[in-house]
Amino acid sequence: MKAIVTVMLKNGVLDPQGKAIGHALNNLGFAQVGEVRMGKIIELELAETDAAKAKAAAEDMAKKLLANMVIESFKVEIAA
Amino acid sequence: MKAAILLFPGINRERDMVLAVRQSFGHEPQIVWHKETELPAGVDLVILPGGFSFGDYLRCGAMAAQSPIMQAVKAHAARGGYVLGVCNGFQILTEAGLLPGALLRNAGLRFLSMDTMLRVERNDTVFTNKWAKGAEFRAPMAHGDGNYTADAATLDRLEGENLVAFRYADGNRNGSARDIAGIFAPNLRVLGLMPHPENLVDPLMGGTDGKPLFDALAAA
Repeated sequence: MKAIVTVMLKNGVLDPQGKAIGHALNNLGFAQVGEVRMGKIIELELAETDAAKAKAAAEDMAKKLLANMVIESFKVEIAA
Repeated sequence: MKAAILLFPGINRERDMVLAVRQSFGHEPQIVWHKETELPAGVDLVILPGGFSFGDYLRCGAMAAQSPIMQAVKAHAARGGYVLGVCNGFQILTEAGLLPGALLRNAGLRFLSMDTMLRVERNDTVFTNKWAKGAEFRAPMAHGDGNYTADAATLDRLEGENLVAFRYADGNRNGSARDIAGIFAPNLRVLGLMPHPENLVDPLMGGTDGKPLFDALAAA
């Protein structure tokens, strides 16, 4: 079972990389681009058949390592 | 004071730290590999040097914070032992939960390799008592992720409890909240800072501005 963990900087935490990407997109002519936020996606292959258990385990992993809860938030999705 | 310097893969300032400790302490610190589970007997001060532990994978210091030796460092800190983290060492201490907050990518996105001036916010600690309160000293910095951040309540607590150790005194180049360059734990025995006092401890290095930190520790 695969868990997909998306880690993003919390709202309000400065994201200079997102800002730089936004500027570059504007420079490319994409004038409609406003704020850009950049994060990480971590895919986990889990030896688990129960989706709820897989999700709980991935959330535990996110809290302990994959995300730094001081600055980041995360969400876990289970892929079939 | 007996010092141990932790070595994680990707750390590159451990020899600078050995030199600084040798200069002030008059004896050799022990280097401890990160896979050890115990600190050498009788160690009073654990130093986490700078570098790029584990290639800064995931987040700076995130992997090192999970290394086996860090359980021993947490126990050491809980016993009231002294801990000093510089640069990547500071990042590791925040990731390990030994100091609050986090170090983000520099606000300007550029790696900063230059001297900065640090102001000593308090001098009644084992780390800073060789400086005058409010003294400013030169310290080289070399980091891509030195933008100190924490939520407003944590920042207020740090300032309210007088736990800010050093602030940038000649311009805030990395975007750190409230110009914070280094902080203490509440017991004043754990210190983390981004710039490198260990790189100015001998006239041959161009100055001895950072030596008071190590002289103070040696005298403790």
